[in-house]
Amino acid sequence: MLIDQISIFAENKPGTLAEITAMLAEASIDIEAFTIADTSEFGILRLIVDAPKKALAVLKLGGWVATLTPVIAVKMDDQPGSLSKILKMFAEAGVSIEYLYAFVAREAGYAYVIFRVEDAPKAVAILEASGVVTAASLA
Amino acid sequence: MAYYQESMERASRDEMTALQSERLVNQVKHVYENVAPYRAKMREKGLEPGDIRGLEDLYKLPFLTKNDLRDEYPYGYLAVPLSECVRIQSTSGTTGKRVVAFYTQHDIDLWDECCARSIVAVGGTNEDVVHVSYGYGLFTGGPGLNGGSHKVGSLTLPMSSGNTERQIQFMTDLGSTILCCTPSYAAFLAEAIHDAGLIDQISLKAGIFGAEAWSEEMRREIEKNMRIKAYDIYGLTETSGPGVSFECAEQTGMHVNEDHFFPEIIDPDTLEVLPEGSKGELVFTSLTKQAFPLLRYRTRDVCVLTRKECSCGRTLIKMAKPMGRTDDMLIIRGVNVFPSQIETVLLNQGYPANYLIILDRVSHTDSFEVQVEMTEEMFSDEVRFIEKKEAELLASLRAMLGISPKVTLVAPRSIARSEGKAVRVVDKRKI
Repeated sequence: MLIDQISIFAENKPGTLAEITAMLAEASIDIEAFTIADTSEFGILRLIVDAPKKALAVLKLGGWVATLTPVIAVKMDDQPGSLSKILKMFAEAGVSIEYLYAFVAREAGYAYVIFRVEDAPKAVAILEASGVVTAASLA
Repeated sequence: MAYYQESMERASRDEMTALQSERLVNQVKHVYENVAPYRAKMREKGLEPGDIRGLEDLYKLPFLTKNDLRDEYPYGYLAVPLSECVRIQSTSGTTGKRVVAFYTQHDIDLWDECCARSIVAVGGTNEDVVHVSYGYGLFTGGPGLNGGSHKVGSLTLPMSSGNTERQIQFMTDLGSTILCCTPSYAAFLAEAIHDAGLIDQISLKAGIFGAEAWSEEMRREIEKNMRIKAYDIYGLTETSGPGVSFECAEQTGMHVNEDHFFPEIIDPDTLEVLPEGSKGELVFTSLTKQAFPLLRYRTRDVCVLTRKECSCGRTLIKMAKPMGRTDDMLIIRGVNVFPSQIETVLLNQGYPANYLIILDRVSHTDSFEVQVEMTEEMFSDEVRFIEKKEAELLASLRAMLGISPKVTLVAPRSIARSEGKAVRVVDKRKI
């Protein structure tokens, strides 16, 4: 199962993040996960939200360059070895990971890891074949 | 050494001057009788056609500028009935209202002959395959070289611009030997040919590249990457199109087809004619055109004219590659840069033509930044993809300009739009 991540181009200048989050707040969009890849000149914001299509429309209307990126969200036990186990599976199958980020889930004892991989359908098939659950949402 | 029209290209000074004088006298009469706005300009100076008895009187005539032509758009400077015209070409109109130039069949023939001289000068014969990748249509590049190639008797490939894959396929399948296009497109094609691994399968020997400013570095780059000799050609829609002047094997400037276009260099401020070898604004007087004969037309190109013996045997006066414009030229780290060059690169790479050049001086060196707006097509959620695009843009800018700017990607629509002439340059240098 793949979920939509919002990716946004942001210049490195004061106020950019405040502006984007204010816009999403006004549209009552809940940000569930948020990370930034930054270079010396610009950043790429990566967000998981409760209503990605609506968020994309709001951002585009506001003049931002944004896209939906399919990513895999894996819910795993929040304990040593969980992530390692999955990465090992990917490594053995030759699945190349572009980036990932992780955070603790609302439900105690669990964590979510968001994977952006080169070949998403293949990665999902590998996970499902080994009984790993890919989340349809982070709610 | 081969020539297309040896008697003109190698005329003695006396023969050429006599011919130019005779043609000028007739042309002034033709213009005075048929072009009302120019007649008014002459009368303002108290001039009648009889006052122009030869080249020595040329300096008396009033100048024409692009604005004069725009003010009288479209028919004001037309000198023959429309029934005698067979074609128009037009400027792009990017700097304002467009200029439409008219041609009789005689004008087209002369223009084609000028382009034929260029093709023969780079070694073209009826055995050659001339690959014309200039745009066809209102732009003069395609039609001009197309006509020239017909005159030479070469097999002409009317490719027009774009569709790089098809360009390369025709080059390999039909054995193109002479490529005609803008230098930036030539550089781009060279890269594409290498990427496709087809450099050993093309038979190009020469290229005729014009319609935009390019550096000697860019010439060497294209020559090396395409394994050809790269030649310059110059022209403007207002005088006819490409072929006003052309480069020969010596590659040290362009021979002006002065039997058709008489060149002068003037001081753009005082309007005084400057002696040979001086740097100033290039001015052309059309000696033979019937439909759209412009007298003393100010090109805004900054240039030098020199009359030295050329190893190619031509006696036609030579003009240097234009060193800039009297209008929007920038000098950055000693290099002439035109905002239009940057625009060309951006458009070629699929960026919006909305950009901002920021110049500053940091510890005695010019800093040069080009801000470019991010687009949906350019964007990716991966940093390395965006950085790759940025590097490609930087390489093209370096090839075009001869110096490297710092490229900064900015948010879409963050560069101010303007209704009139857009602000493209912020120069903070204190010199």
